Amino acid sequence: MTDASATARPIERGGGMPKMSGEFSWTAALFVAPAVALLAIFLLYPTISTIILSFQEGLDNYIRLFTRDPNFFDVRSFPPSGAFWNNVLWVVFYTGGCVFFGLLVAVMATRVRYEALVKAIVFLPQAIAATALGVIWKFVYAPNDQIGLLNAGVGIFGIDPIAWLGNTSWVNTSLIVAGIWGSVGFATVILSAALKGISTEIIEAARVDGARESQIFWRILVPMLSLPISVVAVTLIINVVKLFDLIYVMTQGGPGSTSRTIAFTMYKEALASRNFDYGAAVAVIMLLVLVPVMVFNVRRFRADRVVQ
Amino acid sequence: MTAMEPAVQPPPRNFSERLTRLTSKAPIHIALLAIAFVWLVPTIGLLVTSFRPRSEIQATGWWTVFGGNIDFTINNYRQVLEQQNMLQAFINSVSIVIPATIFPLLIASMAAFAFAWVKFPFRDTLFLGVIAMLLIPAQMTFIPLSRLVGASGLGGTFIPIWLIHTAFALPFGIFLLRNFFITLPKDLIEAARIDGAGNVGIFRQIVIPLSVPALASYAIFQFLWTWNDLLMALIFAPRQGQPMTVQITQLLGTYGSEWHILAASSFLIMVVPLVVFFSLQRYFVQGLLAGSVK
Repeated sequence: MTDASATARPIERGGGMPKMSGEFSWTAALFVAPAVALLAIFLLYPTISTIILSFQEGLDNYIRLFTRDPNFFDVRSFPPSGAFWNNVLWVVFYTGGCVFFGLLVAVMATRVRYEALVKAIVFLPQAIAATALGVIWKFVYAPNDQIGLLNAGVGIFGIDPIAWLGNTSWVNTSLIVAGIWGSVGFATVILSAALKGISTEIIEAARVDGARESQIFWRILVPMLSLPISVVAVTLIINVVKLFDLIYVMTQGGPGSTSRTIAFTMYKEALASRNFDYGAAVAVIMLLVLVPVMVFNVRRFRADRVVQ
Repeated sequence: MTAMEPAVQPPPRNFSERLTRLTSKAPIHIALLAIAFVWLVPTIGLLVTSFRPRSEIQATGWWTVFGGNIDFTINNYRQVLEQQNMLQAFINSVSIVIPATIFPLLIASMAAFAFAWVKFPFRDTLFLGVIAMLLIPAQMTFIPLSRLVGASGLGGTFIPIWLIHTAFALPFGIFLLRNFFITLPKDLIEAARIDGAGNVGIFRQIVIPLSVPALASYAIFQFLWTWNDLLMALIFAPRQGQPMTVQITQLLGTYGSEWHILAASSFLIMVVPLVVFFSLQRYFVQGLLAGSVK
């Protein structure tokens, strides 16, 4: 980390652009034209078009989403339900779980000789397609206790098999657990790299002063890692807003619509049910949610700068 | 590297000290062992299942193989490749992913070079505009783009998905590569200019050869991104050219509890990323980390 930040800092401090050299030349157009053309056709034009489409009925689509669509936003019951609130659940528990376990593994692994092995094992799910990850966990959650590992496990304690993905009170928890399993490795790798940058002396001094391990963890490591933790958290929140594959593979948003997310709702409305303007409104909400998160991410540190 | 290592600790003097040290670390060893167990078992379970005959899978849990219930077969793999179209889906995945990795690599590095080292009007504004596009989620584009694809008559080809993957890879690629390119020594590029090299020459002979690590990270990230992609493929891949991710979701719909088929197909899709993971781990990690802003 120390080396990387030393080389990276001059760029950041330079603020915007580096000092330019060279003359204006038409070859510049040649270099940027393909990128600009593709972005204009495949990102800019569709985005504008989707925003316009979402207002086809004035504000109706948005009003309907937040007042008359219990699949999306329902605050009449407690806890509130719908895709939007599922995403809130995901943000809290998935992000929190990944950061917590990531930090735990990173800190504990530094104390043992097989650090690299443990980190590689936890990181491995990052290489797996979310589609395959969904199949792996669907298998763990299989309702038959001769097939599903989890039901075989709880069976030892005399608990009858549970349809983890078919039961409205378990489905979101089960999905979030699978999501955490898939992403802890990412948090571990970044936080572990950041941890290496904390000087041993501080920790040793605290130990000499009689600090307990838990105090060292909460009072020294966590505050000193607040920046990389926030980078990891923001990245995971972006994952949540875009969360689609896992839901599509494992539950199709079901049972009923209890496990839908915003991104899944957009797909369902616009492409499966062909409610184009309604789906467009959901997409615009995704964009609006991402704006502050993304601004934060680009302006603060970038994950690869923290590490390398 | 080893800042957290108890480096100041001297080696144990005798057996009892070694034992004390070992037991004081025992909770950590146990916790890490438990974590490693939880992170390996689900994948191992599916791997073992992919080699068990269908009748065995339906009758006993996969964990019984560790109790001596060993009856392995490769028929599941044969079946998904021959009868469930996974071989064709594998070819389709490759056909989508290779152009969808090469195009953005080429186009993003060209643009990144111009943004880093060539002067032209509105350069900074344009660059900020490109970066702003990082936040556009794919969902924002589905409706207009599927209409556009329909109207263009290219719906039965790979061209739409190549171009769409490429476009979505550009903001991040331009951002990443430009940040790398501006760290290249200015003197070198100035000297080349004085020697009469044009922008094309500088790009090809100086910038590209010096940027191989950054280009490799980006290429690997993009390769895995498109290989593992389900959402874009569901919407933009041609009906006759669906990649493995889409094929697996269709098998899930048809054979929801036929685990011999699902397990074998899932491992086929994992093979390529795992090979990349083990052979190019360094670039792989960098690519994934760099990709975390996407």
